[in-house]
Amino acid sequence: MNTRQSVRNRITTVVLAILSIAWVYPIVMILFNSLKKENAISTDSAFELPLGDAWAGLENFQDAILNQGFLTALWYSIVITLSSVVLILVCCSMCAWFITRVKAWYAKALYFLFVFSMVVPFQMVMFTLSSTANKLHLDNPYTICIIYLGFGAGLAVFMFCGFMKSVPIEVEEAAMIDGCGPVRTFFCVVLPILKPTLISVGILETMWLWNDYLLPYLVMDRTKGYMTIPILIQYFRGSYGRVEMGPMMASIMLNIIPIIIVYLVCQKHIIKGVAAGAVKG
Amino acid sequence: MEKTIKKSWPTFAAFVVGFLWPFVQGLYLSFCKFTTVDKVEFNGFDNYIYALTDGEFLHAFWFTALFTVVSTVLINVLAFAIAMALTRGIKGTNLFRSVFFMPNLIGGIVLGYIWNILLNCVLTLLGQPLMSLSAPYGFLGLIILMCWQQIGYMMIIYIAGLQSIPNDYLEAARIDGASERQILWRIKIPNVMPSITICLFLSLTNGFKLFDQNLALTNGDPRHLTEMLALNIYNTFYGRSGAVWKGYGQAKAVLFCILVIVISLVQLKATRSKEVQQ
Repeated sequence: MNTRQSVRNRITTVVLAILSIAWVYPIVMILFNSLKKENAISTDSAFELPLGDAWAGLENFQDAILNQGFLTALWYSIVITLSSVVLILVCCSMCAWFITRVKAWYAKALYFLFVFSMVVPFQMVMFTLSSTANKLHLDNPYTICIIYLGFGAGLAVFMFCGFMKSVPIEVEEAAMIDGCGPVRTFFCVVLPILKPTLISVGILETMWLWNDYLLPYLVMDRTKGYMTIPILIQYFRGSYGRVEMGPMMASIMLNIIPIIIVYLVCQKHIIKGVAAGAVKG
Repeated sequence: MEKTIKKSWPTFAAFVVGFLWPFVQGLYLSFCKFTTVDKVEFNGFDNYIYALTDGEFLHAFWFTALFTVVSTVLINVLAFAIAMALTRGIKGTNLFRSVFFMPNLIGGIVLGYIWNILLNCVLTLLGQPLMSLSAPYGFLGLIILMCWQQIGYMMIIYIAGLQSIPNDYLEAARIDGASERQILWRIKIPNVMPSITICLFLSLTNGFKLFDQNLALTNGDPRHLTEMLALNIYNTFYGRSGAVWKGYGQAKAVLFCILVIVISLVQLKATRSKEVQQ
């Protein structure tokens, strides 16, 4: 029995190892291609190693960073993601606190609306949302976080509400009796209790915001050169006739590398956060 | 406590700007002919009639539905199998888990291009037409891409579900002489039903709403044959100029929205009823 089980475990390990190579390979392939010369990148040689004549060193990376506006896109991506995540965390946790603690019909209605907004596809509102954003001047990287707060609130409020229901109200009442105002109660008592959920929501929203393409593409004023990294990568293919494969591969790599570093550093939190988020939902 | 009402207005204000108002306006505009939101002309149900008789839109619907069914089944079966393998305490569990989850952190556009290059190369080496020339390969490519991306995510949820089953249940079943297969069907699956509900919900809605990957991998080629609903709506809006197209697009969007809502409600109801209390 025991030997049979260990043989089975060994087979499973081998199968999983093969699968994980399949999972990593596409990224390794892009890395190799980003090190090739422009004319060596074609559909029939994508699997070949960047050796000999094809080797281009870091030329493509240099080109992407210096000439193709990668740094600007990176800056805008960071600004948008950070400002939106912070705003979503602070505002939505407050809103969820309000929804769970105020027992009135409008709190329930609000909750229902937030949940409803989670299911609605973006295409439903894309045109009207971008025109509303234009009118209110929310169409640049520094104010687009308000749009994100509105459109991304559903998931955050939903998750915060799920957790808030299990927090005993007595703690807050004790704080109130001890003379805390609502603001202090929230920041000194409720927010620390919410910390695990804050991490989960923060991770889920960051994953969404960093990679979001269509919303910033439609909302932001492209004539002023506002681009995030996904828009930049799509731009290589889209607007001008010839596709500059080299810089495109390099940009893809430059997009992936920071993600992988962050993932390696805090993968425990990320995986826990995703699992917790799903269970709460 | 009621004072806290004052502190949720920023979220609500943003919600009105970022969702409620565009949603309501979108509903209204689906009955209109317009090029911008200021130049609007009411034309009743014309947009809907056009949308429901548009061959490309109907094709996109069937294509999306087929894609969603196939990808949902594949993703969930494979993710569950991997989750089962990773909860048996074999060596390297953490490493495998991290590797399988990784594609979720990369955005749809980037994933689309990565697989576009990879699959086109495979097809060239096999002497087959490229994805942008052959709809079946485009479909296959989308399925592979979605599996590659989503299996890790669902696997994490299934692992959390499997680990939350009390060990007593499994021990009791083994003592009673249950085979591994009986344990799987009688104990494990009923007890991870909440995870199955979530995963089905996520993969169904992700499948229907898929946009970025579709845009980057096939862009609807050849001749809109691999165009999914979201991309079809986008192309109706922005791909053509002329006063009527935006109205058509908005009507399609409303239909799409209703479809997604109905599907998620039906699915949640169906699987929720199978959940057991621990």
